[in-house]
Amino acid sequence: MSEQAQMHVQQNGHDPRGMTMHGQSRDFLTIIIAEQRFGIPILQVQDVLSQQRVTRVPLAPPEVAGSLNLRGRIVTAIDVRRRLGMEPRNRDSTREMSVVVEYDNELYSLIIDKVGDVLTLQDDNFENTPGALDPAWRDISSGVYRLDGELLIILDVPKFLNTVHV
Amino acid sequence: MEKPSSGDPDLKIGGVLSQDELDALEAAFQAAPGPEAIAEPVAEVAAPPPPASAPETSAQEPQDSQSGSVSSQSLRVNVDVLENLMTLVSELVLNRNQLLQILRAHSESEFSAPLQRLNQVVSDLQEGVMKTRMQPIGAAWAKLPRIIRDLSLELGKKIDLDMRGQDTELDRQVLDLIKDPLTHMVRNSGDHGIETPAARKAAGKSETGKIVLNAFHEGGHIIIQISDDGKGLPLERIKSKIIEKNLASAEELAEMSPNQIQQFIFRAGFSTAEKVTSVSGRGVGMDVVRTNIEKIGGSIELKSKEGSGSTFTIKIPLTLAIVSALIVESAKERFAIPQLSVRELVMATSDGENRIEHIKGTPVFRLRNHLLPLVSLSTLLKIDTPAAENTLPSALAKHQYIVVVQVGTSDFGIIVDRVYDTEEIVVKPVAKILRNIELFSGNTILGDGTVIMILDPNGIARQIGEVDTDTKIDSAGREEDVLSDYGKKTSLLLFSAGDKTPKAVPLSLVARLENVDLTTIERSSGQMMVQYRGQLMPILPLDPSVSATGEGEKPVLVFSDKNNSLGLMVDEIIDIAEEHIHIQLDSGQSGVMGSAIISGKATDIIDVGYFLSKAHKGWFKDHGDEPFSSEGAKRNGAAGSNGHAKKRVLLVDDSPFFRNMLTPLLSMAGYSVVSLESALAAMKLCDKGAEFDIIISDIEMPDMDGFQFAQKVRDNSLWKDVPMVALSSHATPQDVNRGMEMGFSGYVAKFDRETLLNTLSKTLSDLHAKRHQEGGAQ
Repeated sequence: MSEQAQMHVQQNGHDPRGMTMHGQSRDFLTIIIAEQRFGIPILQVQDVLSQQRVTRVPLAPPEVAGSLNLRGRIVTAIDVRRRLGMEPRNRDSTREMSVVVEYDNELYSLIIDKVGDVLTLQDDNFENTPGALDPAWRDISSGVYRLDGELLIILDVPKFLNTVHV
Repeated sequence: MEKPSSGDPDLKIGGVLSQDELDALEAAFQAAPGPEAIAEPVAEVAAPPPPASAPETSAQEPQDSQSGSVSSQSLRVNVDVLENLMTLVSELVLNRNQLLQILRAHSESEFSAPLQRLNQVVSDLQEGVMKTRMQPIGAAWAKLPRIIRDLSLELGKKIDLDMRGQDTELDRQVLDLIKDPLTHMVRNSGDHGIETPAARKAAGKSETGKIVLNAFHEGGHIIIQISDDGKGLPLERIKSKIIEKNLASAEELAEMSPNQIQQFIFRAGFSTAEKVTSVSGRGVGMDVVRTNIEKIGGSIELKSKEGSGSTFTIKIPLTLAIVSALIVESAKERFAIPQLSVRELVMATSDGENRIEHIKGTPVFRLRNHLLPLVSLSTLLKIDTPAAENTLPSALAKHQYIVVVQVGTSDFGIIVDRVYDTEEIVVKPVAKILRNIELFSGNTILGDGTVIMILDPNGIARQIGEVDTDTKIDSAGREEDVLSDYGKKTSLLLFSAGDKTPKAVPLSLVARLENVDLTTIERSSGQMMVQYRGQLMPILPLDPSVSATGEGEKPVLVFSDKNNSLGLMVDEIIDIAEEHIHIQLDSGQSGVMGSAIISGKATDIIDVGYFLSKAHKGWFKDHGDEPFSSEGAKRNGAAGSNGHAKKRVLLVDDSPFFRNMLTPLLSMAGYSVVSLESALAAMKLCDKGAEFDIIISDIEMPDMDGFQFAQKVRDNSLWKDVPMVALSSHATPQDVNRGMEMGFSGYVAKFDRETLLNTLSKTLSDLHAKRHQEGGAQ
């Protein structure tokens, strides 16, 4: 099943469990933004990059960090912290990372704090986005997984990028 | 010798070569790689097929290469295949560029020879693949004869369509994009350009009109010309249309060249056809044509002579995929400018003749006696980093590069910090998020792997408003200057008098600065005066503590209007500063308007009017009786009490002195003021569509007095509802009545500034209330 089709299912979003049609568990790449763990469906991830040379784009929306060259394709870098209205990252902490995702035939590199492990998660632990979640996060997530002692918010890439477009 | 003999056209050329050259040529042929290459002399005749499909086609090529039957040599390939191939080649070109860039850093490298060969092959490949996308322009013209035939039947005209250069090839993508504009323009030529047979005969031309379409290559571009021998563009009709549409005033048009006026046909909604026909006159024509052509990086020029026809010249790039671009740097960021629109590069130095000058804060450059408007790339893109600001001035001081760019018929310069090489770049569309930034037409990856943005000269031109007509700054810019006076800085003369607080008056009010020898001051009936230019000029100390006794000289600010002068004696002139006057503290002190921060210090703004009325009553020529004004407005609240955003005031007064005095007064009261010296100038502004909330007009003016002005304004559509306040030294009841009849809603004596402000605010709030009522009634 292609990524595109999967994204499509997610885009419809009415039945988040639709994602799990072909299995009992799913793989997620975990990323960390401001101490919060997020998960991105692993099949949507094209690349994980360390810090890159990014060309600033003048007059662009503030969350657009710039453009970069990924093997001959131009990737738009999105500062996720900025987009979520968080404090900018502490410059002298660890090097920033980015996760490249494809949406609508365009590549986006999401600049995040850290990349964690790839987790295989059971569908039983999946829940719809709780209403009590921070609205900024609620808008970009398709659900959560209960992990030991913490929540993994599933980042809905199309939703996230769509909000950048507006 | 059998090699070149295979029916190769080269043989003919060989005839004029010397034997030596021929030998050299043969040697070159021998050295060329592989005998197949020689066995395929068709390479130049037919477009080489895409490499992917080469094996199938090359098999039968040698036999029938001369037979000329195109069908046997061509094969259908899905466009997608070609597009994909093109993308791959684009990537290859980028990689080649990258390798070459690396090679440049290592001059002595074993890779250099193979890389040069690779370079050659890639260039050929690029060219070859580009050719697969090429189609003769005739394909886009196929329908034109029919269109013209239909048109001539419908309109009863005799039209001959002459198409030349149909074999000129251009990129399929470009071809698709210009098809419609071309059709439209040819239709236009037939409909607007060519006259009826009778009219042509009367004009001494043959009955059959001629439309010539010509396409040819010129320096990497395709030029398409559409010319007709019809009646040309009707200048007068265009002019009246321009005025009707309020695009320019009659006076401005008078200063424009015919060519400039003709350019107006490219404006949106512009149609001069007397009646709408099925083919034209709907006013959606030429602006769409131009937009389409500019979209593909092309340009369109127009030459027309009334009576003998018009010629449109379209210049478009051969292909859209790979363009040559100039790489520039600004504020440490690099950008690409398509070479197609770059006219030339100029280096400006801080001294000497090649200097960037500033007119009203706008940088301009004198390029061969033509004023070239400039725009700084860093300002345009708002990329003035603090770091760059620190380093730039020193760099600026030495030299700056100006990229002269042509968009349509107008030129402008882009100031950049550095100019690099030109590079062949593959234009890639920008991400959707960034697509609404109109300054960029795309982005690309440079040889060194960095992503850079490609600037769109058309977008820049739109941004800076340097488009449509090639307006010369000094001719047509003046009206804008007047309008842009909203919120402009005021030059202030700073001085000290009495206490330590610096004081200031608007410099424009001061006629002269004089040093007066204190011993020459005479006194008469308690008034100090000096003999000044054969007249007695009253002298007032600005502050009572300014001593006018003793020896030595004191600076005196001389104010004058017509025959009257007044000297204000101060202690010391400090400086001239340019500031926005923003009164922060009202002063209870007479003679001081209030305090403002000027050059970082709290400064008293001097109320010149106070001193003037103190010095001599005759100054304002008031006739004493002002029944209307004195009781008219006192009962009303303070100025600006209706709490609105800045109201726009038009002040018309022929006396520069009063203009200068009232302008700061009004702007301090919270109005934005445009002042003009005559009613004629005001009418001009009205024609241009400027909008005001209230008009203050002097009554006694040369050419057109206030009453006539009011009458004109009331007849005029745009300003007919704008309240007008008369300003006069004649404030007799008769005058007031006459003014009211003419449409003035208020009548104020010139000297009575408080009444003026009250009247303004009352008139505006009355109007507001009235509008409100009307709005509520609906």
